[in-house]
Amino acid sequence: MAQTDSAKAAVPSYLKEAQMIKQGAEARVYRSTFLGRSVIIKERFPKLYRHPEVDEKLTRRRTTQEVRSILRCRRAGISAPVVYFVDYATHCIFLQDVVNSVSVRDHIRSQPDGLQTLAERIGEVLAQMHDEDVIHGDLTTSNMLLTSGGQQQDFNLVLIDFGLSYISALPEDKGVDLYVLEKAFLSTHPKTEALFERLLKSYSSASKKSTAVIKKLDEVRLRGRKRSMVG
Amino acid sequence: MTIVIGFEGSANKIGIGIIKDGEVLSNPRRTYITPPGQGFLPGETAKHHRSVILTVLQEALDEAGLKAADIDCVAYTKGPGMGAPLVTVAIVARTVAQLWGKPLLGVNHCIGHIEMGRLITNAQNPTVLYVSGGNTQVIAYSERRYRIFGETIDIAVGNCLDRFARVIKISNDPSPGYNIEQMAKKGNKYIELPYTVKGMDVSFSGILSYIEDAAHKMLSTDQCTPEDLCFSLQETVFAMLVEITERAMAHCGSQEVLIVGGVGCNLRLQEMMGVMCKERGARIFATDESFCIDNGAMIAQAGWEMFRSGHVTELPDSWITQRYRTDEVEVTWRD
Repeated sequence: MAQTDSAKAAVPSYLKEAQMIKQGAEARVYRSTFLGRSVIIKERFPKLYRHPEVDEKLTRRRTTQEVRSILRCRRAGISAPVVYFVDYATHCIFLQDVVNSVSVRDHIRSQPDGLQTLAERIGEVLAQMHDEDVIHGDLTTSNMLLTSGGQQQDFNLVLIDFGLSYISALPEDKGVDLYVLEKAFLSTHPKTEALFERLLKSYSSASKKSTAVIKKLDEVRLRGRKRSMVG
Repeated sequence: MTIVIGFEGSANKIGIGIIKDGEVLSNPRRTYITPPGQGFLPGETAKHHRSVILTVLQEALDEAGLKAADIDCVAYTKGPGMGAPLVTVAIVARTVAQLWGKPLLGVNHCIGHIEMGRLITNAQNPTVLYVSGGNTQVIAYSERRYRIFGETIDIAVGNCLDRFARVIKISNDPSPGYNIEQMAKKGNKYIELPYTVKGMDVSFSGILSYIEDAAHKMLSTDQCTPEDLCFSLQETVFAMLVEITERAMAHCGSQEVLIVGGVGCNLRLQEMMGVMCKERGARIFATDESFCIDNGAMIAQAGWEMFRSGHVTELPDSWITQRYRTDEVEVTWRD
């Protein structure tokens, strides 16, 4: 109970004025302004179901890793929100508000045709990210935004929500990252197997290290799909 | 009025249940229990099932006050599960269906759990956490399938708990998971363990390897008690499960959680899930041990739904499979 009270008492003033737009599994997400800019504030609040020691350690680590991964991606030219400010005391991250964007999930649902170019683009971006040894950790079509350019085919893919991300050069970790996406992709968008294959083909072409990663992906698929109730 | 008898025996439980239009008429069950430090082997488990299945069948009919002529359909677990026990049960179900002249129906074990959970709790369209000795999956219904949004990428949570119980020689009676739960209540020191979540997926092999290596060392040097280890393991693996369930709920926009499977009986898991749901303004649904743990009525209930929507398994197709994905089944009985 004490944890709840202290958590409530510690609400920073900038969150009181912010507008909550959603509560994910990791954090509450708010829209606000910061130094005259429109921002998204991501607040990792205490998860009361978790043991306090586990919660504190995870929250601290994930906040740090998220910022580190975003900066690493941006340095490599991968589109991700700008980090404006990090409040480590309250585990809040102030991020660029990617305006006039639509999630890939909503885009696929509203325009189920002509998605090959998009699949290829996702493959390229993920290849680039993995070549920088950034593991996203929670790849879903909800965590990718599309911002349109001038023409119909001209769009920018922005990766968001690096809350479970970390740095690793291991093909195993990259394979699992793709496996997580594959399951989320096919569960959220049934009958898109061909589209996902296109994504993987594009990933393989674009990544310098794809052979070992795809091999690991196949291994992980076997572990997940074939081990049901056996072992 | 439709009456379905269901045969379940995919692991160490053998159960036969009878369902009449959503009412459980009978649900007797037996469990194959092995000595501490040992798991159950397929051959030995099948032998146990063979020795009791006809007694359980008679109990089911007697308890329901029915005769063979009253049954409309015979449902059995087609998979997933352990090969030898599945075969044992399928043979009896096949034989009974032929003797009684009734249609046969092969049921997915996981869907049995889900449909029983929905029946008992009245959950409408929940995100399902299915946790047992052989399965760990986060499931949601979409477009005529129970879609797997997250799952273990190695071993199941129940398997992790069972194998830990073997390491420190916890009794298998009534079940290792139950005994871990009771011991955990007396633990108060938290030992840090690996916490591995990958999006909506989890991994338990790392935590198991770590605790297998560390357990005897820590216990022999009085760094902690067996109760502390049980407490720490439970707190860690259940936090992982609640986290991936919440992530799936956020992803699917769901406001209901249904916990099914043997590990779903654990009151600490239910409590942690309840805390998460309260924070989200969501509702939690769970069943007691008579329906969480593998039982015949759940196969009868899934069979009832399938039979009413036109499914029947022809004799040549009435085989079993150890590997049968939840999302392979077309769910024709839901909108």
